[in-house]
Amino acid sequence: MLRPKCSNNVLFLGYTVSDNKWPANAGRHNLGSDIMSQIDIQENERRFVVPGEEIGDSSHRSGMGTYARDGKVFASQTGIVNIRSGYINVQNFAGKYLPRQGDSVIGVIRDIGPNSWFVDISCPYNSMLHASETPWKIDYGMTGQYLQVGDVILAKVNHIDEIKNVNLTIKEHGLRKLSSGQVLEVDYTKVPRVIGKGGSMISILKERTGCKIFIGQNGVIWIDGELDGIAKATQAINIISRDAQKQGLTDTIREFLGATESHEPDEELPDAGDDLIE
Amino acid sequence: MNEKIRLINDDGLRVDGRKPDELRPIKIEAGVLDNADGSAYVEWGNNKVIAAVYGPREVQPKYLQNSAKAIVQVNYNMAAFSGDDRIRPGPNRRATEISKITAEALENVILTNQFPRTSIDVFIEILEADAGTRCAGLTAASVAVADAGIPMIDLVPSCAAGKADDQVVLDVGKLEDNIGQADLPVAYVPRTGEIVLLQMDGHLTRDEFEKALNMAIEACKDIHALQQEALKSRYSPQKEGGDAE
Amino acid sequence: MKRTVIPEIKKELIHKLATEDTREDGRSLLQFRELKFETGIIGTANGSSRLSLGGTEIIVGVKVQVGTPYPDKPDQGVLMTGCELKPMAHPSFQGGAPSEEAIEIARVVDRGIRESGMIDMHKLCIEPEKKVWMIYLDIQVLNYDGNLFDAATMAGVLALHNARILDINNPEGEKVPLPITSWPLTVTFVKIKDSIMVDPTFTEERIANARLTISMDDNGDIRAMQKGLNGALIYDDAIRAMDTARELTFDLRARLQNNP
Repeated sequence: MLRPKCSNNVLFLGYTVSDNKWPANAGRHNLGSDIMSQIDIQENERRFVVPGEEIGDSSHRSGMGTYARDGKVFASQTGIVNIRSGYINVQNFAGKYLPRQGDSVIGVIRDIGPNSWFVDISCPYNSMLHASETPWKIDYGMTGQYLQVGDVILAKVNHIDEIKNVNLTIKEHGLRKLSSGQVLEVDYTKVPRVIGKGGSMISILKERTGCKIFIGQNGVIWIDGELDGIAKATQAINIISRDAQKQGLTDTIREFLGATESHEPDEELPDAGDDLIE
Repeated sequence: MNEKIRLINDDGLRVDGRKPDELRPIKIEAGVLDNADGSAYVEWGNNKVIAAVYGPREVQPKYLQNSAKAIVQVNYNMAAFSGDDRIRPGPNRRATEISKITAEALENVILTNQFPRTSIDVFIEILEADAGTRCAGLTAASVAVADAGIPMIDLVPSCAAGKADDQVVLDVGKLEDNIGQADLPVAYVPRTGEIVLLQMDGHLTRDEFEKALNMAIEACKDIHALQQEALKSRYSPQKEGGDAE
Repeated sequence: MKRTVIPEIKKELIHKLATEDTREDGRSLLQFRELKFETGIIGTANGSSRLSLGGTEIIVGVKVQVGTPYPDKPDQGVLMTGCELKPMAHPSFQGGAPSEEAIEIARVVDRGIRESGMIDMHKLCIEPEKKVWMIYLDIQVLNYDGNLFDAATMAGVLALHNARILDINNPEGEKVPLPITSWPLTVTFVKIKDSIMVDPTFTEERIANARLTISMDDNGDIRAMQKGLNGALIYDDAIRAMDTARELTFDLRARLQNNP
């Protein structure tokens, strides 16, 4: 009766992301600007697993998406197995974004306190922007004059405390309130699909819509440009998110977007945006 | 009434034509809902069950949060039209109990220590009930948890055994449940060999219990394979996603 | 988008798109989302349907049982419509008793069906003052993305047409359909700034100033209405909505009827 709908999340099917910082960054997608060059096809090594499947013995150490029991390593998440620097990992297909210090994210103000804001960055934990972490000098109780509920910010994860409160900052150059355009959200695991192999997808999106596009590591995407371009980019990203597991997605999107629009000059990447894909 | 209706005929077959150790047909699909972080749909005989998972997310209400691990909250509910008579919406004692034991079963396999101060919320809706809804519900819920990308030790299959016409039978059907002699729902973790849900009502001897438990565990292993398959086919590139129709 | 706080820039974008007769999903303002449905999916219900309208996905089950009539209508059957917005369907929904929102939806769906005269309530009487058929129509929301009014009315009407009950005059014989004839349907409009659009998504509902649901019978006459939300409509909005609703319900009805 009910069939799986536009099933989410297949990305990395056929791709693995090598991460130079491994194992310090234990299997996280590094969405750094050099990510595209790090995605490479390893067709033969592809092994798809679900939680509970045995994936390695004592010769491997248990990495992300795995657990060790009785001298063996098992998958704890659904995804593709990869082995790197002696660690065996499962590159997951679904899951919640878990912030790390230094991540660049896009968030929405959801509540205001006298000297801080509560920000929705689509993660399981409470995240806050304190008045002292802004470029402005704000008197106690005057936070609402600077950022209001519903405002969108380009921020960086400054610190995560011992009780998992996430503290954001917009102090660094390039971080700011976003005052026009569109905000979209995709599963953070689908971000590499929006970027595409070697950045192919994001280039098509930008070229053919004439829009600026920023992708936060939390899966929130900001698009700005002409109204037509924003509308097209919005629909295209929704198609990517919905059909992430389908083959030939780049062609689908190229076809959907049609002829090339005039390309707006690139905005200079903000310093803090090293982890952002524009 | 029990005297009149025979649950097992001279050929050793049950009222629905099954052999004593035969499961009803089971179909599992993962990823059927858009909004939920993970979801699964199970058809099991005439049972139709949908499970949705949200989380890990902030705990509501906040005082329930645990500083060492995620809490697992389950809400099992029977839709108003799912039974023979219309079911009045809202919680009842039976649903509350099933929710509790289902949450406890799932807590055995979810790596809750990775997500302190969060909640993993599981919603199980029985759309059509045909005996064994708690087993079908837990079977669906564990696929939905995996579909949400929540780290876990293993999927949890669940199945009941029971007793009808003095014989131990697998996967008790509706009539067998109503007039049979025992019902023994079990949930088993194949990876660890642990039993994480065990209930019984009726009347069993020690030997019958052992036989019934073994039967249920063997069936759980078969259901486990169906659960794995459901998750794998969700991501199979050949499948082209598919539409709701 | 699942978040409950809608970003300000998204609101502005929706306003701008609306002035160009388009929306985030590429629809025009007076266009419905993709509609899919099937009936007879729940064996324990007398009638049932599953329907999706874009991202909104629901199951409606109809249970028909014998009960006692209301004292003021001793020779008429009873229709009871229930709706719950369960936390399964959207991250912003809470558990517990049905919300005001859910009750309003159930009552508006009920009113459209009841006032259209779709069901011949007198024919549901088995024995005056003692026994009548009671129709329970329960709306189960699996996934919520706005406009439950129209989705639930369509699914409810489909499930009622799908329902079969015991033939009182021939209890041994085949089950019979309910005494129903027509296909009442609703069209829901929202007003966002100065633009009026139909079949709103979750986000559009959240930022709307006013909402208007119009129930229409097979002739295109109005059988029930409900204005909602804390903003206002103007005279022209209401008049134009009538004409639009008339056109759209004719189209929707044809689509529902063509798929048995």
